[in-house]
Amino acid sequence: MQKKEYLELYHQMVLIRRLEEKAAELYQDGKVGGFLHLYIGQEAVSTGIISARKPIDRVITAYRDHGVAINSGIPVKRVLAELEGKATGVSGGRGGSMHMADISLNYWGGHAIVGSHIPLAAGLALGDQYAGNPAVTIALFGDGATNIGYFHEGLNLSKVWNLPVLWVCENNEYGMGTSVPRASAVSDIRQKAIGYGMPNRAVDGMDVLAVRAAAEEMIEQIRAGSGPQFLEANTYRFRGHSMGDPERYRKQEEVRQWEEDDPIGNYQKKLISGRHATKADMDAIEKQVDDEIAEAIEFAENSPEPALDTLFDNVYVEE
Amino acid sequence: MAKITMREAISQALWEEMERDPKIFIMGEEVGVWGGSYAVTRGFYDHFGANRVKDTPISESAIVGSAIGAALTGLRPVAEIMTINFAFSAMDHIVNESAKLHYMFNGQMRLPLVIRTVSGGGRQLAATHSQTPDAIFAHFPGLTVVAPGTPADAKGLLKAAIRSDNPVLFIESATLYQLRGEVPEGDYIVPLGKSTVQRPGKDVTIVTYSKMLDYSLKAADQLASEGIDAEVVDLRSLRPLDMVPVIESFKKTNRAVIAEEGWKSYGVGAEVSARIYEEAFDYVDAPIKRVAQKEVPLPYNRNLEQAALPQIADIVAAVKEVM
Repeated sequence: MQKKEYLELYHQMVLIRRLEEKAAELYQDGKVGGFLHLYIGQEAVSTGIISARKPIDRVITAYRDHGVAINSGIPVKRVLAELEGKATGVSGGRGGSMHMADISLNYWGGHAIVGSHIPLAAGLALGDQYAGNPAVTIALFGDGATNIGYFHEGLNLSKVWNLPVLWVCENNEYGMGTSVPRASAVSDIRQKAIGYGMPNRAVDGMDVLAVRAAAEEMIEQIRAGSGPQFLEANTYRFRGHSMGDPERYRKQEEVRQWEEDDPIGNYQKKLISGRHATKADMDAIEKQVDDEIAEAIEFAENSPEPALDTLFDNVYVEE
Repeated sequence: MAKITMREAISQALWEEMERDPKIFIMGEEVGVWGGSYAVTRGFYDHFGANRVKDTPISESAIVGSAIGAALTGLRPVAEIMTINFAFSAMDHIVNESAKLHYMFNGQMRLPLVIRTVSGGGRQLAATHSQTPDAIFAHFPGLTVVAPGTPADAKGLLKAAIRSDNPVLFIESATLYQLRGEVPEGDYIVPLGKSTVQRPGKDVTIVTYSKMLDYSLKAADQLASEGIDAEVVDLRSLRPLDMVPVIESFKKTNRAVIAEEGWKSYGVGAEVSARIYEEAFDYVDAPIKRVAQKEVPLPYNRNLEQAALPQIADIVAAVKEVM
């Protein structure tokens, strides 16, 4: 990896962190409506995974999607504009926090019914298999999604048809407020992949380089025809499930311990110890991110609301 | 014109479309090696091969969900759900995804997807396999819901559905596959979302679709022998619902009976009668009557089942009540 690449990963993770912090503020100011699920703490997972894809590889995820949106290449201003429901938002103000997609970037959303996008991911991969495209579909979902039927139907079908999918479980320890041992028959989520005869691995989801390395290897095996594979990334969300979560289900001490395993802090140490970048390089990136966020907020604030006469646009494709 | 069965008409439409466009493929339980549980796709597997005629596991959620995914990539899947009763297992994908993705992502995503399925009772399959829940699906903006009542419409509407860039739920009737009718050969298209007059008349309007079209036409023949000239309007699509031929007919006859196979409560008859009252209240000469299924889960016993299902005699009786 070149220095530029190391720094780009750092840039993306810091950008996501600052975006989410700002989104929480905007929510408190009443500028963001609906639900808001922050990605703080999990930045290394999506950043590492998506940095390993080629442009032909498709990405699809669940509702905690702002980080995936940024990593997929959506400008932060269009994410913030969507959070504010503006016409310039990535989904034109129709989708909000949970439903962001830009198919020109091969990013297919942003799906908010837990697990329901898992069969869709199998279908995206089926499309590439049918057309003979050498593409891999990367499907991210939480630990909670592995307890719903869609997951099992989707994984089964992907194996029966040998579809090119990398299944990525972001195990952040809780499905809303229910911990993995209280909700899942097995706490090592990847064991579920064994039941479908699927190659599987676990990776430290707080280590962006480890995530990237695992994803790179698995994606290339899938591209070479291995069939679907399963990666469990062990991570933690530092904030509540969504805004207004009283967090009665976990102790502050537990959160504090995980915060010491901060993926951004971990990466800073690696960059320094591996001599990939200096403190000054990182400071420069943080400054750049602050500017990007400020600019994005200005863009979102100055963007128009969707016109009321566009209410019925895109219910159907006009034929 | 050739007289063929509904089954042959549907099969012909599928075959011709698959010959025309390699992006079209079919998938579902037993559509391939078995030849389709209603024999609609017999011979397809040998002709088109396993890649375009995909047998799936018994996984309705995976069938519809993956068909949506494939449609998003530009393919044109025709996914079969063996009966509409099993579509409840895929409800989330039909309702929360296929009906919404185009809108929710601001027009970026297109779903050229057809979900073929089979509705209706009368085959002694009891409560879980005999339902006619068509109206439920017609509730959702973003979906197109089609249910043909003649072989010609079945062919023409299925071709239109396959060529549409919108998701279409194509509902066939379990007891109409043997129905014969004249069907134009080759490229015959019936537009989606267009109702039509299947039998002209001047005394009363019968509004119906699918299996109940056949019953309504038979009821109209009986009524004709008693001097009542019924006009039969076939909705063909439940969403978008084209009320124009219905209102035109009603303004002429001032009386209407609505016949559907599903339950009356919150059903197609409720919607159509409400719209007639809203759009043509000044033309009403008698309260509109609805003929529908009795409000019970369908029983297995043949006599009980037939007692619960709407019959030709019920339509005849309802027409006489509004006259």
